[in-house]
Amino acid sequence: MAQPKPDAIFAPWDDPAATPLIQFKNVTKRFGDFTAIDNLTLDIYAQEFFALLGPSGCGKTTLMRMLGGFETPTTGQIFLDGVDIGPVPPNERPVNMMFQSYALFPHLTVWDNIAFGLKRSDMHKDEIGDRVEKMLKLTQLEKFAKRKPHQISGGQRQRVALARSLAKAPKLLLLDEPLGALDKKLRHETQFELMDIQETIGTTFVIVTHDQEEAMTVASRVAVMVDGTLSQVATPDQIYEAPNSTYVADFIGDVNLIEGTVDVPEKNAASDAVSIRWSATEPAIKATSDLTFGAAATVHFAIRPEKVSISTEAPEADNVMSGKILDIAYLGNISTYHVEVAPGLIIKAQATNVRRVSRRNLTWEDHVYLSWTDTAGVVLMT
Amino acid sequence: MNLRARLLIFVPYAWLLVFFLVPFGIVLKISLSDIALAIPPYVPTMKDGFWTMIRGLDLENYAFIGAGAVFASFTLLVLAIAMFQILYPRVRRALIPDARYGIFDSAAVALTALAVVVVNIAVLVAVLSFLFPVLSDFVDIPDFLYFAAYLSSLKIALISTLLTLLIGYPIAYGMARSAEHWRPTLLMLVILPFWTSFLIRVYAWMGILSTEGYLNQLLINIGVISDPLVILNTNIAVYIGIVYTYLPFMVLPIYASLDKMDDSLVEAAEDLGCTALSAFWLVTAPLSKPGVIAGCFLVFIPTLGEFVIPSLLGGSNTLMIGKVLWEEFFNNRDWPVASAVAVILLFILIVPIVAFQRNQEGGER
Repeated sequence: MAQPKPDAIFAPWDDPAATPLIQFKNVTKRFGDFTAIDNLTLDIYAQEFFALLGPSGCGKTTLMRMLGGFETPTTGQIFLDGVDIGPVPPNERPVNMMFQSYALFPHLTVWDNIAFGLKRSDMHKDEIGDRVEKMLKLTQLEKFAKRKPHQISGGQRQRVALARSLAKAPKLLLLDEPLGALDKKLRHETQFELMDIQETIGTTFVIVTHDQEEAMTVASRVAVMVDGTLSQVATPDQIYEAPNSTYVADFIGDVNLIEGTVDVPEKNAASDAVSIRWSATEPAIKATSDLTFGAAATVHFAIRPEKVSISTEAPEADNVMSGKILDIAYLGNISTYHVEVAPGLIIKAQATNVRRVSRRNLTWEDHVYLSWTDTAGVVLMT
Repeated sequence: MNLRARLLIFVPYAWLLVFFLVPFGIVLKISLSDIALAIPPYVPTMKDGFWTMIRGLDLENYAFIGAGAVFASFTLLVLAIAMFQILYPRVRRALIPDARYGIFDSAAVALTALAVVVVNIAVLVAVLSFLFPVLSDFVDIPDFLYFAAYLSSLKIALISTLLTLLIGYPIAYGMARSAEHWRPTLLMLVILPFWTSFLIRVYAWMGILSTEGYLNQLLINIGVISDPLVILNTNIAVYIGIVYTYLPFMVLPIYASLDKMDDSLVEAAEDLGCTALSAFWLVTAPLSKPGVIAGCFLVFIPTLGEFVIPSLLGGSNTLMIGKVLWEEFFNNRDWPVASAVAVILLFILIVPIVAFQRNQEGGER
C-alpha cells in the first residue's frame, strides 16, 4: 500500500531523524499474576493524535494511567521528552488527563474547575484569569462559567473536562474514553471539535477508546492492542487497508476471511502474485502480497465487503465466484449481501444503493457473481 | 389535597400529638406549678378544678433556675450568628473584590466580621441595660447551678463532638478507601456494638477505667506508670464514654458521603498538581462536609442532654444538665424545677435540631 505522499503530510513516525516525545521501552505491568502490559515498546511523536484501541481488558487504560503517573511499570521505562518519568508523581508531570467520568469537582463552578490546576502552579492571579477565559472561549463555555457541573449538560461537562485538562498547557494530554458518555450524534460533532482543538493548540493527544470508528476519525495513528501487546501501530488507512493480522482485520470494520494454502506460483507470474487455493474444486484466489510465502503455507485472505462487487452476470475480473444470496442487510445508504459461494463459506459483499429498494434487482435466493481485483485484498500469515 | 392523602398524613401527626405534644404539655404544666409535700408532689392539680389550676401557675421555677439569663444569652448568640451570616459575605466582598482568595484571606475576613459582631452586640447590651434597668431582674440567676450545668453540658458536648469527629473521620476515610470486599465487614464492625445494651458497654468502661481496672493494670505491668491513673469519675472518663458511644453516629454519615465520592476526583486533583494532602483538603474534605455536619449534629444533640454516661463514669464535679435533671427529679423530688430544667433544655436543643434538618434538606438538593 505504498502511496505517494504529499510534502506537507504529518508523518514523523516515517522520519528516522525525528525524536519521539514519548518512548515506552520494554514496559511490563503486572497486577499480581495478571500481566496487563507485556513487554511493550512504543514511540509517540510530538503533535500526534494517537489512539489506543482495543477491547476492554486489553491494557489500553493501564498504558494511559502509566503515562499519567497513576501506575508505575513493573519493569521497563517510559521516557517523556527524554526524561524517565517512572519515579515522577502525577502532580509533577507535564501531563494532564481527561477522565472517563470527567471527574469534575462538584463543589466548584466551571470557572474554578478550569482554574484548579492553574492555582496549584505558581502562575499569577491575573494570568490565571486570562488563561481561564481563553480556555472558556476555546471550548465555547463562556456562558456557563458561574455554573456548577450538575447544572450543565453532558456535552458541556465533557468540554469543561477538556478545558480543565488543557488549561495548564501540558506537553501531553491523555483522554480516557472521552466521548463514551455522549450520544452518537453529539459524539460525532465532538470528535471533530476535538480534532480542531488539537490542531489549534498543537498539543500531543493520546486517546483511549474501544470505538474503532472514533479512533479512525480522530487519530493520526492508531495502536490496536490485544492482551497487553500491540498488534499493529499504523495510520488509520493502513490499519484498515493493510492489517497485519487476522485479529486486526477482524477488529477494525467488517471483513471476509478465507483460509487457504499458497499454490506453487506459475512460471510467468509477477513476483508479488500469490494464488491461494481454498477449495479442492474451485479456482484459486489471485492476490498480491509484499510478503513471500513458502509453497503450501496456510494463509488467510482478507477482503473488505465494499471491495467485492456483486452482479447477476459473470463479469471479467481476476477473481470471480458464484453463489446464492442468503441474506440482505439493508442499511439505507448501502446494502450488505451475504452470499454462499461454497458450502459453509459465506462472503459479504457491499453495494451502494444508488437506486431505490423497489428498483433493486437482487433479492434472496438469487444466483449472483462476486468479483474483485487481485489487489483488493490482503494475504495474512496469522 | 384529597381525603386519602389527609388521612395518610393524619397518622404520623396523631402519633406526634399523642407521644410528644401531650407529654410535653404535662411537663410544661408541672414546670409552672409549685413544689408540695403531696402525691403528686406539686400543686395545683386538676383536683382543684381547671380554672383554679390555671390561675395557680407561675414562672417562679424558671426565675429560680435562671431561665431569663439562658434566654438572654441564647438570643444574643442567635443574634450574633445571624449578624455574622449577614456581615461575612459583605466584608469579604469589600476586602477581597475578586472571587479568588486563599484560606488566610478568608480567616482574616471572618475575624473582621466577628469583631464587628462582638462590638455590635456589646453596644446593644449596654444600650438595652441602660434604657431598661428592669432587664437586670430578668437575667438575674438566683441559683447558679443550673446555668453552670447548661454551660458545662454545652462545653462537654462541643468538645466530645470535636473529639468524635477527630477519631471518626479517619475511621470513615479508611473504610471508604479500603478494598471493596472489606467494606461490608468493616461496616458491620462499626454497627456491631449496637447489638449489646448501651448500659452494659458503659459499665464495661468502668471496669476498664477504674483505679484497679484493666487499663491501669496494663500500664503498671508494662511499666509506663507506677501509680494508677485516676480516670474513672472524672470528666476524662465522660469524654471517653461519649466518644465511644457516639462514634458510629459520626462514622456512618461520613462514610456514606465518602463512599459515594468518585475516586477519580482525587486522581484528577493530583493530575492537576495537588499533593496527596492538598488533594484531600481541596477535594475530599469539602465533598465530605455534609456527612461531617450530619455526624456532628447526631453526636452533639443527644450528648447535650446525656445522663447515663456522666452519672456512671463522671465524678461529683461533672456538671451536666441531664444529671442535674435526674437529681432534681429523684433526689430532691422537686418535679416543678426539674420540669423547668427539661423545658429549657428542649428550648436550647431546638436550634441545632432545626439546623440539622436544614443541612439534611440542603444535602438532598
